[in-house]
Amino acid sequence: MKYEPVIGLEVHVELNTKSKMFCRCSADYFGKQPNTHTCPVCLGLPGALPFTNKEAIKKCLQIGLALNCKVVDLSRFERKIYFYPDLPKGYQISQYRWPLCVEGWLEVEDKDGKVSKIKINRVHQEEDTGKLSHIGGVTLIDYNRSTVPLVEIVTEPDFTDPSQVKDYAKKLQQIFRYLGVSSADMERGDMRLEANVSVRPAGQKELPNYRVELKNINSFRFMTAAIEYEIKRQIEALEKGEKLTQETRGWNEAKRDTYLQRSKEEAHDYRYFPEPDISELRVKSDELRIKEEIVELPNRKAKRFVADYGISRQNAQVLVDSKELAGYFEEAIKLGREKQLKPQEIANYIVNQKIKLASKDQVLRAVEDLAGKRVGILEDEVKIEKIVAEVIFENPNSVEDYQKGKLNALQALIGGVMRKTQGKVNVEKVRRILESKLQN
Amino acid sequence: MKLTADQVKKVAKLANLPLSDEEIEKYSGQLSKILDYIDQLNSADTSEVEPTFNVTGLSNVLREDKVGESLPQEEALQNASQVKDGFFVTKGVFEE
Ligand SMILES: [Zn+2]
Repeated sequence: MKYEPVIGLEVHVELNTKSKMFCRCSADYFGKQPNTHTCPVCLGLPGALPFTNKEAIKKCLQIGLALNCKVVDLSRFERKIYFYPDLPKGYQISQYRWPLCVEGWLEVEDKDGKVSKIKINRVHQEEDTGKLSHIGGVTLIDYNRSTVPLVEIVTEPDFTDPSQVKDYAKKLQQIFRYLGVSSADMERGDMRLEANVSVRPAGQKELPNYRVELKNINSFRFMTAAIEYEIKRQIEALEKGEKLTQETRGWNEAKRDTYLQRSKEEAHDYRYFPEPDISELRVKSDELRIKEEIVELPNRKAKRFVADYGISRQNAQVLVDSKELAGYFEEAIKLGREKQLKPQEIANYIVNQKIKLASKDQVLRAVEDLAGKRVGILEDEVKIEKIVAEVIFENPNSVEDYQKGKLNALQALIGGVMRKTQGKVNVEKVRRILESKLQN
Repeated sequence: MKLTADQVKKVAKLANLPLSDEEIEKYSGQLSKILDYIDQLNSADTSEVEPTFNVTGLSNVLREDKVGESLPQEEALQNASQVKDGFFVTKGVFEE
């Protein structure tokens, strides 16, 4: 029998607000002394009251809207109850029944370039937990990260191939960076991926009655490898007649396989409970304003580059990798226009030669270099004439010699032009221009 | 409504409480009584009543994203039974 994978993805992204989600402690915890960014709220001390960060809500809405979601009329926070030392309150403030944004989508591309729309179930706001280190039989806890704003983005189980998952995750990362809501660094844990993987007989419409959650995977590459491994493992199990069940598995990079972390019997029972200490959110009226403020996102920018500049889709995708690179590319186009450089040439040059564009200087140099390289193939008389004029002005002796009849003095002048243009100019054309100029 | 020993065990596990068999027996009786007591609420007709999630009735109470003061490390750690190098210490828990 032929099987097809059914994959859903949950992405957590930590927002880069100045203060935490529900208290005024600094959210900039990375590399700081442990437990120096805490207060009664984020330590879960009795009687402390959470106070919602406006900027975090705005950034959550920006993410939702960038992913084509609707903002709901009414949103509430809830307590997700579980006991683990990373959460001093005994619950995480999250959203379950009343997420801020719902029903979005994002276009992804698989390894063969086929584009599909992935439905996004929800984008909700929650808080991060403390950081645990397991050392020598004890666990050390740092609550600096406790209550740092976290946004969770959950897709429908619409992925059918690991390459789509990778593209989706990369696109999300790009969008976070374009929006400026997070540095979305995977290694630092700003962005975390969890995949739900199951398989079903090809053509079957119903979802499988189990799913395997792949957790704690901190790179796009490992995520792809883990999903590929898991699909293979599940198909083999089904072919052997085994029954698959709900479980959580991790990825072992050394062994390149997944391992059981938690089975169904131990599955969490979170008993979500409306958070009575936080006012509800009615932010639908902000939707339009926030939508208008959102910068041009990579997908749309790439399409515009193709339409406006006539560059290839592949080049466009490379050039919109970051907002900064895309900006410098457009600057290069402007500068290049004065030198008769076409956008396609600039795009090819930057992409093929892997030219670094990270400052105005580099943009200028790239354009100059490219224009220099082009003189030989460029039919730019005006420019060559200008250089010829410079050479004539700078070499009065050769000019005098030539006009006295020493014809090989012309060779010296031609050489001067060749040097100035790094030899990228048609010699015959230079000779013709020189001769006509020197006759006047 | 009588809670079974298994239900009590599950609740205890979710609340991270280690209970002896004796305690399970004792609490199943007590918890059952509490549930019966709470159950009286079911006699009220609430079909026309919206659930109350928040008694203030306020919405959009938000604060500006400004950093305020945090507790000094010693103060944050002062109630911990065990500390090490600025960390809270708890008996080992492992994700795996
Ligand atoms: Zn705090």
